[in-house]
Amino acid sequence: MVDAFLNASGREMSLKDKFFEFNWGFLLLIFAIASMGIAMLYSVAEGNFDPWASRQAVRFGIGVCVLFVVAFVDIRVWMNLAYPAYGLALALLIGVEFIGFRGMGAQRWIDLGFIQLQPSELMKITLILALARYFHGLTLDQVSRIRFLVVPALMIGVPFYLTLRQPDLGTAMLIAIVGVVLLFMAGLAWRYFIVGGLAALGAIPVAWGMLHEYQKQRVLTFLDPESDPLGSGYHILQSKIALGSGGVFGKGFMEGTQSHLNFLPEKHTDFIFTMLAEELGLVGGLTLLGLYVMVLMFGLTVGLQTRNQFGRLLAIGVTVNFFLYIFINTAMVMGLVPVVGVPLPLVSYGGTAMLTLMLGFGFLMSVYIHRNYEITRNPGAFW
Amino acid sequence: MLTDGTDNARFKTFSRRAAILGGAQLLVFGGLASRMYYLQVLKSSEYQMLAEENRVNMRLLAPLRGEILDRFGTVLASNRQNFRVLLIPEQTPDIEETLTKLNRVVPLSETQWKRVLRDARRSPAFLPITVSENLSWQQFAQVNIHEPDLAGIEPDVGETRHYPHGPALAHVVGYVAPVSENDLGDEDPLLKLPGFRIGKSGLERRLDRELRGAAGASHVEVNAYGRVIRELSKDPGTPGSKVVLTLDMDLQKFATERLAGEAAAAVVMDIHNGEVLASVSTPAYDPNDFNVGLSQATWNGLIENPYKPLVNKTIAGQYPPGSTFKMIVAAAAVDSGLINPNQKVHCTGKITLGNHDFHCWKRHGHGYVNMLESIMHSCDIYFYEIAKKIGIDRIEEMAHKFGLGETYEYEVPGEKPGLVPSRGWKRATTGAPWQQGETLIAGIGQGYLLTTPLQLAVMTSRLANGGKAVKPRLVRSVGDEGRFGEPAEPIGVSERALAIAREGMNLVSNHPRGTAFRARLNEPGMSLAGKTGTAQVRRITRAERESGVLTNEEVEWRRRDHALFVAYAPVEDPRYAVSVVVEHGGSGSRTAAPVARDIMRLALERDPSNRLAQAPQGPANSQIPSFQEG
Repeated sequence: MVDAFLNASGREMSLKDKFFEFNWGFLLLIFAIASMGIAMLYSVAEGNFDPWASRQAVRFGIGVCVLFVVAFVDIRVWMNLAYPAYGLALALLIGVEFIGFRGMGAQRWIDLGFIQLQPSELMKITLILALARYFHGLTLDQVSRIRFLVVPALMIGVPFYLTLRQPDLGTAMLIAIVGVVLLFMAGLAWRYFIVGGLAALGAIPVAWGMLHEYQKQRVLTFLDPESDPLGSGYHILQSKIALGSGGVFGKGFMEGTQSHLNFLPEKHTDFIFTMLAEELGLVGGLTLLGLYVMVLMFGLTVGLQTRNQFGRLLAIGVTVNFFLYIFINTAMVMGLVPVVGVPLPLVSYGGTAMLTLMLGFGFLMSVYIHRNYEITRNPGAFW
Repeated sequence: MLTDGTDNARFKTFSRRAAILGGAQLLVFGGLASRMYYLQVLKSSEYQMLAEENRVNMRLLAPLRGEILDRFGTVLASNRQNFRVLLIPEQTPDIEETLTKLNRVVPLSETQWKRVLRDARRSPAFLPITVSENLSWQQFAQVNIHEPDLAGIEPDVGETRHYPHGPALAHVVGYVAPVSENDLGDEDPLLKLPGFRIGKSGLERRLDRELRGAAGASHVEVNAYGRVIRELSKDPGTPGSKVVLTLDMDLQKFATERLAGEAAAAVVMDIHNGEVLASVSTPAYDPNDFNVGLSQATWNGLIENPYKPLVNKTIAGQYPPGSTFKMIVAAAAVDSGLINPNQKVHCTGKITLGNHDFHCWKRHGHGYVNMLESIMHSCDIYFYEIAKKIGIDRIEEMAHKFGLGETYEYEVPGEKPGLVPSRGWKRATTGAPWQQGETLIAGIGQGYLLTTPLQLAVMTSRLANGGKAVKPRLVRSVGDEGRFGEPAEPIGVSERALAIAREGMNLVSNHPRGTAFRARLNEPGMSLAGKTGTAQVRRITRAERESGVLTNEEVEWRRRDHALFVAYAPVEDPRYAVSVVVEHGGSGSRTAAPVARDIMRLALERDPSNRLAQAPQGPANSQIPSFQEG
C-alpha cells in the first residue's frame, strides 16, 4: 500500500500533527506582505477600499484557505497528481493555442466564468510538480545522462514554445528559468550549464529576429529610456522619477504625487512597488524586500530540511518562481530590466496571480509539514 | 530503507546547490537594494526636481492692458468686461443637445457650431471651449438664468479692449486684434495665450510693449493628462502702463463731426511744443470691430470705399500743397536776396515760358502785385516769376527747413515723407534733367510736390513760432514717465522772411479782399491767419481753357480739386496751427477754410490762457500794405 518510510517514528501524521507542524510564522510573514499590498491599493484609490483593496483582501482570504487545504493534503497525493496536473495544464495551454479563445484579442485567457484562468500560470506550477516528480525517481548519476534528459527537456520545451507563441515572452522565460533551476537543483552536471549558457549566448541574435516588434521595442526602450520620454520610455522614466523623488522616508502614505497625479501607469498592478517606494521611501521599499527575503530563506530552509527529493525540488521550485516574480517586477520598475508584465507577488492587484501564489505556498507548506516523509524513488500509486 | 541510499548523494548535491542558489538570490537582492539606494538617496534631489516639473504647471495670466487717456483724462481706450459662454465638454453627456438648448438663448451661427464641435473633439474634455463672446448683458443674464438647464455651459466674464469713441480715434489710437503669424518675432510668452490680443495699428501698435504689461503666472498642480488639480500660487502680473496723449478729445470729436461725409484730414498742433491736439482722418472705421472680429462684408466695405477709411490721411495722405506752399516760396525768395518783396509783378492771367503757357487761377489777372498782395490774392503769376528767378534749389532747401519732405518720428506708425522735388531726385527717378517749367509749377505748390496734412501743420507751426524746428508729438506720458519734445532748434530762416509770410497769411484771412476773408475769425479776442490752397488733380486742356474752365461741381468727384487750408492763431501771439485737407473738396477758401476756422475757434475757446480774453481785434488794415523793414 504505502510504499514509503513515513518518518523517523514510522507512523502516518494525523490532522492534529499536521496542525502543529504548520509554520504559523510563515503565514504571518505573507500576511504582512499582503497587508502592505492592500494598504497600497487603498492609497491608489485615494483612500478608498473600493475598488481594489477590499477585493484584494477577499482574494487573499480565499488564497489563505487554498493554502490551508493544499498544505494539509498529503505530499504523496501531490506527487501522484503531478503528471495528471501537468497534462491538464498542457491540454489547457494547447487549448488556448489551437482551439483558441480569440474573442478576447490576446490568447492568454480561458474564461471560466468566475475567474479568468491563465493556463500559462497553471503551467508553471504544474511544471514544478512534474519535474520534481520526475527527478524524484532518478539517481544522481542518472540525472546527467542524456537519455534521462529527453523527458524533462520536453516537459520544459513544449510549454515554453506554446507560451512564446501566444505571445507571452515573460511567462515563457519564467517557465524556462524555473525549469533550468530545477535541473540545476536536481544535480545536473555543470558541463550542461556551461555548454547551454554558451549556446544561449549564440542564440541571442536568432532569438532577436524572432521577437515581435513590440517586444523588440520594449528591449530597446529599456536600453535607452530617455530616447523617447513621451513614448515607450515614458513608463520607465516616470517610474524612476517616482522612486527617486520618494527619497529615504518617502512622501508619506497617500501623498505620492507621481502616483496620484497619474504620471505613474498601472500603479495598482505592475508599478505598485514604485508607488510604495514613492510614498514610503527607501525605508518602506527595503522593508518589503526584507519580508520577501525572509519568505525566500524560509523556502530554501524547507528544501534543506526535507527528507524526500520531490519535496525538496517542489519547495525550491515554488521559491524560485516567487523570487523571479519579485526580481523581474522590482528590477523592471527600477529600470534594470525591460518592461515585462509581471505582478509583484502578494502585493499587485490581481486574482489569478494571488491564487496561483497561494497554491504554490500551499505546496511549500505541504512539503514543510511532511518534510520527514521518506519516499521511495518509484512509490507507485499512493491510493 | 526503502530509499536505495542514493538519496544521500542527491541531498548533498542539493544542499550545495541550494547554498549557491540562496547566495545568488541574496546577491540579487543586494543589487536591488543598491539600485534603490542609488535612485532614492544619491539621485533623489534630481528626481524630486523632475517630479515637481511633472506636477507643477505654470499658466500665464494676461495682464490688464494700459488705458489711453487724452490730455484732460478722458478715456480713449480702456478694458471692458467681455461676457462670454464657455463649454466644458466633459460636463455634458451630449454636446449637440447642450448647444441646441443654448441656441434658444444665444443664437449660434453655423460656423460657431462647427468650431465648437471640432474643438471639443481635439482638446481634452476638461478644457473649456469658448462658444460665444461679447454677449449683451441681456443675453448673458439669460444664460445665467438657464445655466442649470445647460449641462457643461459656463458663463464667464473676461476682459476685452474697448474704444468708447469708436471711429473718431481709429487712426490715432488704432486697435488690437488676435496675434497673427507676422508677430512671431515677438518672444513674449503672452502672445501664445489663446485669445490674447496685441496692438495692430496706431498707438496701440507703437506703444504695444508699454501698454501690454508683464504676464502674471499661476502655478497649478496638474495630473498626467494636464487637468488642474489645484492652484499652488498666483502672481497677478504687472498691468500695462497708462498712456496720456496730447489730444483734446472734445476738439477731436468736433473736428471729426465737422468733416463728416468728406474724405478729409485735419491736424491741430501747438506751435511751440508740437503737441497735437487733434488729428482727424475721415472717414474712419470702428476699431472695436477689429477687436471683436470683422465680418467679411464689413471688411470688403472698408477696402472698397473710394474715401479710403483705412488710410490715416493725416500722415499717409499725400497731397500737392497748392497755394499753401506760397509762403515757403516767398520765404525762399526773401532769403535769397534776389527779390525785393515790395517790387510789383504784372499779372495778366498768364505768362509764357518757351512754348508753354502758365496760367493764373484768375483768368484776367491781378494786375500789379507785390509779395504780400500776391499771397493775399494767391496770385500764381507772381510766384511763377519769383520761382523762376530763385530756382528750384532754394525752394527745395526752404521746404525742407519747414519740415516738408521729412518725417518726424511721430508716434503713430505709417508716416509718409511726401515729396519735395529736386534736380537730383528727378534725374534719379526719371533720368531726365530738371525743366524750368517744373520750377514754375513748384512755385505754386503743384507738380511733383506732395505733402501730408501733418506736414502742413508743422510747416505752419514753424512759420508761426519764429522759425523753430518743432516736431509733432502725441504722447504726453507713458506710465509715470513724461515724454517731452526736445527743445526746437532754429531752422535758419530770417525773421524778415517769416514776418512777410505771416503778414501775407494775416491778409489772406483778415483783409476784405483776402481769399479767406469770408472764413475769418472775428469773435472777440480771437483771430487767425491762414492760407488757402486748391490743389489741382487734373490737367486743364487748352480747349477747356478757351471754352471756360469747368467748375468743380461740373466734374466727377475724383477729378475735383483738393481743398486745403492752413492757419495759425491767434495772430498776435500765435499758439495753435491747423491744417485741413478735403480731398476733391473743390476750393480751399470755400470748403477747407470754414472748417479750419471752426476748429480753431473751439481750440481757442478751450485754451486755458485764452480765458483772460484779450482786447477785441479788428480786421486788418484795409489799405493794401507794403512790408516795412526793420
